[in-house]
Amino acid sequence: MEITFSSLKQISDAIKTKQTSAVEVTKHFLSRIEKLDKKLNSYVLVNDQAVAEAQLIDDKIQKGEKLGLLAGVPFGIKDMLCTKNLRTTAGSKILENFIPPYDSTVVKKLKAAGVVVLGKLNQDEFAMGSSNETSFFGAVKNPWNTDYVPGGSSGGSAAAQAARLAAGTIGTDTGGSIRQPASFCGVVGVKPTYGRVSRYGIIAYASSLDQAGPMVSSVEDAALTLEVICGHDELDGTSSQKSVPHFASKLNSDIKGMRIGILEEAMKDGLHPDVEKTVQNGIETLKKLGAEIVPVSLSLIENSIPVYYLIAASEASSNLARYDGVRYGFRAEMRESSATLDDFYAMTRGIGFGAEVQRRIMIGTFCLSSGYYDAYYTKACQVRRLIKNEYDEAFKKCDVILSPVASTAAFKIGDRITDPLKMYLNDIFTTSTNLAGLPGMSVPFGLSKERLPIGLQLTAQAFEEQKLLNVGLALENASSIKKEQPHVI
Amino acid sequence: MSNIKIDIKTVQHIAKLSKLQINEAQAQEYSEQLTKIMGFFDKISNLPTDGIEPLVTPTEIESFWREDKDENNYTSEEMVANAPSRQGSLFKVPPVV
Repeated sequence: MEITFSSLKQISDAIKTKQTSAVEVTKHFLSRIEKLDKKLNSYVLVNDQAVAEAQLIDDKIQKGEKLGLLAGVPFGIKDMLCTKNLRTTAGSKILENFIPPYDSTVVKKLKAAGVVVLGKLNQDEFAMGSSNETSFFGAVKNPWNTDYVPGGSSGGSAAAQAARLAAGTIGTDTGGSIRQPASFCGVVGVKPTYGRVSRYGIIAYASSLDQAGPMVSSVEDAALTLEVICGHDELDGTSSQKSVPHFASKLNSDIKGMRIGILEEAMKDGLHPDVEKTVQNGIETLKKLGAEIVPVSLSLIENSIPVYYLIAASEASSNLARYDGVRYGFRAEMRESSATLDDFYAMTRGIGFGAEVQRRIMIGTFCLSSGYYDAYYTKACQVRRLIKNEYDEAFKKCDVILSPVASTAAFKIGDRITDPLKMYLNDIFTTSTNLAGLPGMSVPFGLSKERLPIGLQLTAQAFEEQKLLNVGLALENASSIKKEQPHVI
Repeated sequence: MSNIKIDIKTVQHIAKLSKLQINEAQAQEYSEQLTKIMGFFDKISNLPTDGIEPLVTPTEIESFWREDKDENNYTSEEMVANAPSRQGSLFKVPPVV
């Protein structure tokens, strides 16, 4: 059986009907990682128990036991998600030796569905970055051209999926960290509605924005993965109790009569011509399929970068206070006996955190400090409500909003990393989705002149992931990039 | 407020509040970067927001309660397994008083 390019369902069905085995499929992907990941650096850890775990699935099949939706399907997991007995670092030196005693709910659900964890995927440190260059474990390379970034922060997930170093991967998205790398690497990425997926066991960056979601090779694979990972969890106080639809069986590419909103602000100057052309082609495609195209406006979207970074940094400065070198993680060596407790913390955190993480902790600390709280944090939260209100207005006119994911395709490694603000500006079209808690998706649709993928972003109202997936499927069926392959595969 | 300047002294103060040990060269670099970043972020200060209730979490949280019972019976060994330094089942820290 051809394994590399098979869908999650095909792989699981073939294992269940014994055309192949979970062990064989797992070994197949492990050998691909062994052969190709030297060029990409997408994995920070390969699970040396993966074959043994696959064997347990095969044993269940032998015994005729009931199997989950993704039985025997190997996944790579972003290193933000805790995996029991498997090192979890968040891409940081400060957690370089951390071995969680428990699974995050997402991983627990995947395992319950029969997923075999292949390993942990590289990322920007604490998911703070848009290029995967802030990782303590080194930059990840884009499989379409290894001189280019894969995007971030879930760059390892995007690169591994594009090069088929896993059947499926999981990423996390706080301000675009699933959708932007998905666009840059030509994979399908979904950021679910805030509250749809439990955050329990996902290393916290910005708690009011973080969500985990699938980064996979097709819309169908995304739908199936969402079915597995979504759902109420009493261990996450913000977890929604809404029932989870059977996204995969309800997939329907018939979008006749659906109203697609085109974000006016996104179509102004500043878009790279290749991105603009891809968006125009997307609009034409949806029109031909019978969708109604309506203009919508989010006049405040240009403020979403300050609002997002102020809020995310504030939450991060609080969330990352737990890394103190006492209970787990890296601890700096104390040489001077006169050092105080504060020196002990500061030395550990000064060495343990990289520059981008330090910058965001300091921005957050500044915003929350006495005298600045109202001017920055409160103000940002007020504008956040105004942005959400604008979305509510826009969704009175349409079912799904179509926009670019980023204003360009992937950029070259080293191009933006020296200028933090330039890197932040990259997130102009993705951060507002998180601020409003909405579901968003990136679907591969075009190629740049440099042969780099370009995705289209879809956004829907809260808990309307099905609409995203259906429009995504319609686009995927017409996508010009479907037959293209990355360079490293 | 768009002429906000985060000078080296301010950076050192924020770093202290953040419990981050940084050297002079880092303070200088962060000062330049944070001045530029906060200067850009300041553009929201002109937006009219009087009377707008701050939005701190994006969706209506459907509050729920769970019974307060211990379920995860981790052993003390599991709990200290990741400690950088330990003595038996206790976390060990350098003398700091």
